[in-house]
Amino acid sequence: MAVYLLQRLGQALLVLLVMSLLVFAGVYAIGDPMAIMIPPDASQADAARLAASLGLDQPLWRQYLVFLQQAAGGKLGVSFAFQVPAVTLILERLPATLELAIAATLLALLLGIPLGLLAGLRPKSFPGRAIMAGSILGFSLPTFWVGLLLIMLFSVQLGWLPASGRGATLELLGVPVSFLTLDGLQHLLMPALNLALFKLALVTRLVRAGTREALSLDYVRFARAKGLTEARVIGVHVLRNILIPVVTVVGLEFGSLVAFAVVTETIFAWPGMGKLLIDSINVLDRPVIVAYLCVTVLLFVTINLAVDLACAALDPRVRLGGAEQ
Amino acid sequence: MIPPIFGLFALLGALALNAVQAADLRIGMAADITSMDPHAVNITPNNNIGWHVFDALVHVDADARIVPGLAQSWRALDGTTWEFRLRRDVRFHDGSPFTAEDVLFSIERAEKLPNGQYASFVQRLTEKRAVDPYTVRVKTATPYAMVPYDLNSIFIVSKKAAATASPEDFNSGKAMVGTGPFRFTRFARGDRVELAKNPAYWGGAPAWDKVTFRIIPNDPARIAALLSGDVDAIEAIPTQDLARLRGDKRFGLAQKVSWRTLFFHTDQYRDPSPFVTDRAGKPLAKNPLRDANVRLAISKAINRQAIVERVMENAAVPASNLVSPPVFGHLASIKPEAYDPEGAKRLLARAGYAEGFAMTLHAPNNRYVNDDQIAQAVAQMLARVGIATKVETLPINVYLPRARNGDFSFSLLGWGSFSGDLALRALLAAPDAGKGYGAWNWSHYANAALDKLLDQGFATVDEKKREAIAREAAAIALKDQALVPLHHQIAIWAMKSGISYVARTDEYTFAHHMK
Repeated sequence: MAVYLLQRLGQALLVLLVMSLLVFAGVYAIGDPMAIMIPPDASQADAARLAASLGLDQPLWRQYLVFLQQAAGGKLGVSFAFQVPAVTLILERLPATLELAIAATLLALLLGIPLGLLAGLRPKSFPGRAIMAGSILGFSLPTFWVGLLLIMLFSVQLGWLPASGRGATLELLGVPVSFLTLDGLQHLLMPALNLALFKLALVTRLVRAGTREALSLDYVRFARAKGLTEARVIGVHVLRNILIPVVTVVGLEFGSLVAFAVVTETIFAWPGMGKLLIDSINVLDRPVIVAYLCVTVLLFVTINLAVDLACAALDPRVRLGGAEQ
Repeated sequence: MIPPIFGLFALLGALALNAVQAADLRIGMAADITSMDPHAVNITPNNNIGWHVFDALVHVDADARIVPGLAQSWRALDGTTWEFRLRRDVRFHDGSPFTAEDVLFSIERAEKLPNGQYASFVQRLTEKRAVDPYTVRVKTATPYAMVPYDLNSIFIVSKKAAATASPEDFNSGKAMVGTGPFRFTRFARGDRVELAKNPAYWGGAPAWDKVTFRIIPNDPARIAALLSGDVDAIEAIPTQDLARLRGDKRFGLAQKVSWRTLFFHTDQYRDPSPFVTDRAGKPLAKNPLRDANVRLAISKAINRQAIVERVMENAAVPASNLVSPPVFGHLASIKPEAYDPEGAKRLLARAGYAEGFAMTLHAPNNRYVNDDQIAQAVAQMLARVGIATKVETLPINVYLPRARNGDFSFSLLGWGSFSGDLALRALLAAPDAGKGYGAWNWSHYANAALDKLLDQGFATVDEKKREAIAREAAAIALKDQALVPLHHQIAIWAMKSGISYVARTDEYTFAHHMK
């Protein structure tokens, strides 16, 4: 187990190194951040002074070495635009994005599993067909459009929910969260639903397909022949088996949920880190871009690891790499 | 699935009591606020908040003209020495009195703050001293008329509160002690800034107890926030929503010609120019844009009124100058070039381009109001007089570095300036790093007579004389067709009916000017 974890850590470090090199070169290729950053009324001398103080007058390779040196000490640089350490900026916004992504995942699972089961158990019934038709919409409607529609309906026309922003927050273990206040929940509901729609459709279809397949398998027939109640057959035997693909996909998709949250965050003015990334790209704020991607890579690595561990727990046949040698 | 969701919405909706009191104001802002430190990052959204919490010695009125702020009056003792007399009755938000010490400290902090972007406004001051607690004298090495203008950009912080403060101390609110109309309450980065009334404000207490600036850069989201009542007022109304808001009785608009002028820089220094060819696409040995007649032909070929009406939905006025009509140094005697395609063809023929030529127009696509549509419209108009124009639009983060690098031949830029001579200094003075001239002169237009007038104007302390010189300088540049002016944007705010706003040329959104 320890060897396995070390291997994964080594891989993660390698990915981080390659990624930082690519981002450095990429941002450099777009253009000189100074051109965006300097105030219009600054003279050439001011611009040169600012470039020197940010180290932007150095050749790229030296800037990169300086970055590596500082990164080894745990510092990922100070944002050009905010003049605050980039990691601070990201960690400040991470809770908002994670809260949104977790809320969306929960919505997708809590609605998607029962809907998928229903559609899988009664595929020919009207609700079964309606659910499948609805899931196609969930797949194919663009997020930003649905988001605007939700705002137009529930905020502008009906006036039930706030149109944008994050609600009042409370500290939970030192992390500001908004789902503990009524105001926060009201603000969270629409963006979370907007973000969840695609995953909801995905989970519904996965569960439906899994259910249909499992129902025809021998172990379900045996369970039924043994005289187990239908509730136990579905709730324990079928569900546990179909959860393995669901956990894998939802886990992997959680990363993309965090990444794609940017559209939802923009439309709902949700102060999350996806919005931070886009803003940073717009002003070529390289330290923030690099730090953001480092955090994202770490997030993906952690999620993948968690998924592997969860699958091992759910499926006794799965062995983690190298553990049996 | 649908009914339970609706039920949940209904429940939450019923619980959503609008906890807004009469004297709360919530404003939707169009751009991100990055720092509370008034001497750190010099961008409009940050300064906008700065003007609520802090004051400067010199303020700017709705027409972009300088007026007394924390300094009651100022005068030049001689060309190089300026004396500012401070208001005596002013207190900081923590109750401590405002004195000359705070002014000296603020100037020094702006100059010395690592990576601070306000140093350029105080670097010309060679000496600063307090004559008495309510009089400050500053000196410059050479006669320099712009000292009051420059000090408009220096926010006065409390020496007591900010003596050792870093930008983070301002972001947390610890050092956010000013003399302005509002006290600082909270800054949630990327989300909002909350302020509370300063009842003792020297300029009169504002009408609002609590003001919240919400950061909503996405246009549809900002409009939706206003329509749904999430916010009471918003800035930067997209032109396509204007008709709808004008027709809605629940909302009112405030508008004013902005100081932002859109124009084209033309490559006037290279033979050949990188993006100019003959109509067959073969390079031209000579660069036609260096000929003033060709530039005049381009100007005549552009139907500014049509762009203003069709593309800008009347949220702009045709431009003849570098600065808009209310701004210092605007030359009213020069009118926007009339649309005259025949005249343009004649001029091109006289310049030796009867067959026309081809070029690429470069423009940003996410910086100015409808910038990419403007580029398309202009290209079509130029094509009609024989200049086959391709359009390439780029995001501003790619566009600006390339433009500054001299990559383009014909490129769009927008500029807001306090005064005509400052605009000329940045845009059309011959590039000279030592003097800080021509930092944005992408055209590389150079005219010794213009530079001499600018030198003379910046050394002329008398405002009337300086304005006359600025106009003379503008006349030279405009007669040379040094750049091709397009239009001045109109800045527009929308708010709930019942709230009024004194619209500003400098596009700032001030809660203390809303009633």
